Amino acid sequence: MSARSTLSRLSGTDLAPAPVAEDRDVARRRARARRRALIIALRIALAVTVVGVWEAGTRIACDGVDTASCVIDKFFFGQPSGIWAQLVTWVRNGTAQGPLWEQIVVTLEETVLGFAIGVVLGVIFGVLLGRNRLLADVAGPYIKAMNAMPRVVLGSIFTIALGLGMASKVALAVVLVFFVVFFNAFQGVREVDRDLLANARILGASQRLLSRHVILPSALSWITASLHTSFGFALVGAIVGEYLGARKGIGLMIATAQGTFNANGVYAAMLILAIVAILAEALVTRLEDHLIRWRPNAITDVTI
Amino acid sequence: MAFPAADIAGIWATVSAQPHAPAIELRGVTKRFVTPAGKSFTALRDLDLVVAEGEFCAIVGPTGCGKSTTLSLISGLEPPSIGDVSVLGEPVLGVGKSIGYVFQRDAVFPWKNVLDNVAIGPRFRGAATSEANARARDWIARVGLAGFERYYPHQLSGGMRKRVALAQTLIIGPRILLMDEPFSALDVQTRVLMENELLELWGTSGASVVFVTHDLEEAIALADRVVVITAGPGTVKSTYHVDLPRPRNVAEIRFQPRFVELYEEIWKDLRDEVLVSYERTKHAVAS
Repeated sequence: MSARSTLSRLSGTDLAPAPVAEDRDVARRRARARRRALIIALRIALAVTVVGVWEAGTRIACDGVDTASCVIDKFFFGQPSGIWAQLVTWVRNGTAQGPLWEQIVVTLEETVLGFAIGVVLGVIFGVLLGRNRLLADVAGPYIKAMNAMPRVVLGSIFTIALGLGMASKVALAVVLVFFVVFFNAFQGVREVDRDLLANARILGASQRLLSRHVILPSALSWITASLHTSFGFALVGAIVGEYLGARKGIGLMIATAQGTFNANGVYAAMLILAIVAILAEALVTRLEDHLIRWRPNAITDVTI
Repeated sequence: MAFPAADIAGIWATVSAQPHAPAIELRGVTKRFVTPAGKSFTALRDLDLVVAEGEFCAIVGPTGCGKSTTLSLISGLEPPSIGDVSVLGEPVLGVGKSIGYVFQRDAVFPWKNVLDNVAIGPRFRGAATSEANARARDWIARVGLAGFERYYPHQLSGGMRKRVALAQTLIIGPRILLMDEPFSALDVQTRVLMENELLELWGTSGASVVFVTHDLEEAIALADRVVVITAGPGTVKSTYHVDLPRPRNVAEIRFQPRFVELYEEIWKDLRDEVLVSYERTKHAVAS
């Protein structure tokens, strides 16, 4: 090792130029770095262009009296600077229904609660029906019928039954999440490798142990695949629930902005929602990596 | 309470037969499956097979002749359609406790690391985690994987995964060891190594082995007895005793004249069945 490094140091400084193979690697690495920088620059350029054109459109060809005379009418379509001003106002002075952070926390709480309950119920019922043929055959058509229905309409029922508080939003999120997770868990249980099942039975597993050590872990890769989608659904459930009737939350902010013809308000709330969703998505990815760390692409490093 | 004479004779027969009972006995076994298309498919027809205690029995036959089915019947994973299967003198009614089964494909649990994979048998059977882990460490060392306890199967090579499967199976101390083409997916060098290791482990365990393979060389090198199964529906075509001395070195035994003799003899039998099977697949593809 040391002899080799001495040699390379010698060849690098005093003797011959570095071997060709090494040269190419360096060049390749440099090309990759350049490409990354280019992509980031182009992304920024794209955002700046879109926002710039939008902003310019709301200021070009205006007659000074009517916003409808501009290329883009900011009354209907909003204006980036207006959206920014709206965000600043919300942060400084709070929203119509209280401080901004409170709205975010409420929506997040509803989303996470709905997500968690929906996932747990989905997994339980999915595994139960996946393991029990009779139950699956009996319940099958009903589940299909319920799944075929656009479940967002249940939001109205929940608002009537559970009121304007958090419960109605959580319920809607649960219903949306449940079916996604349920079908994945159900399929995951059905797709368990037969050899693994046989092996576990030979090794002495009872039905209960079989579920815990073979069926659940095997179904987990299916279930985790559904977590991304279902978290999105949980957020939809919370927002739509708030939209239908609430006292707090980002959905209510959007509904309020819509009610006062405040297009900038709708966009600003959307922006907040997008940021919240991206951060939450990152957390779900972390959860997923943890749950399926045994899978080849999920593992980064192993220390023993 | 008086037993009829015949009953007493029967009871006496079973009691006295117990110590000398063969490890595995299949009598007049037929196994049919229902295909997904709803047709009945006969995998085995009227098969008789007896394996003595501590015997290493290899089963060879063409692809699809029901070799694997035989193993699933012995293990109790599948019941026979007709006939009787008994293991260690007891009729097989479900998955037996004294059976070890090494599958053709990797059947180690991909979500468990090596230690948990090997310890799972004892844990399924009620051992405390610490005791199961201690025994697992011992077996991991015995199959030459010490230091890999925390690795997941996908981080190991095919040969190493096979070692995990062996340790996982042998840790429960099976008296019957069923192996379904366990080394067929390995490269030739690794395979020879594993075969030698298997013979060594088997030598200390005294288990009865049924080793299914399509590789006649492997069968002769390992076994005391080679059973040739006909092209499906499978039944026993012929049985050969392998009188090669033990301990054997699988890598070198292939060059012994007696090995070559046996090979030629058995291959004559096997070749016909392979040809039958080959013709069938050809027709199946053609039609």
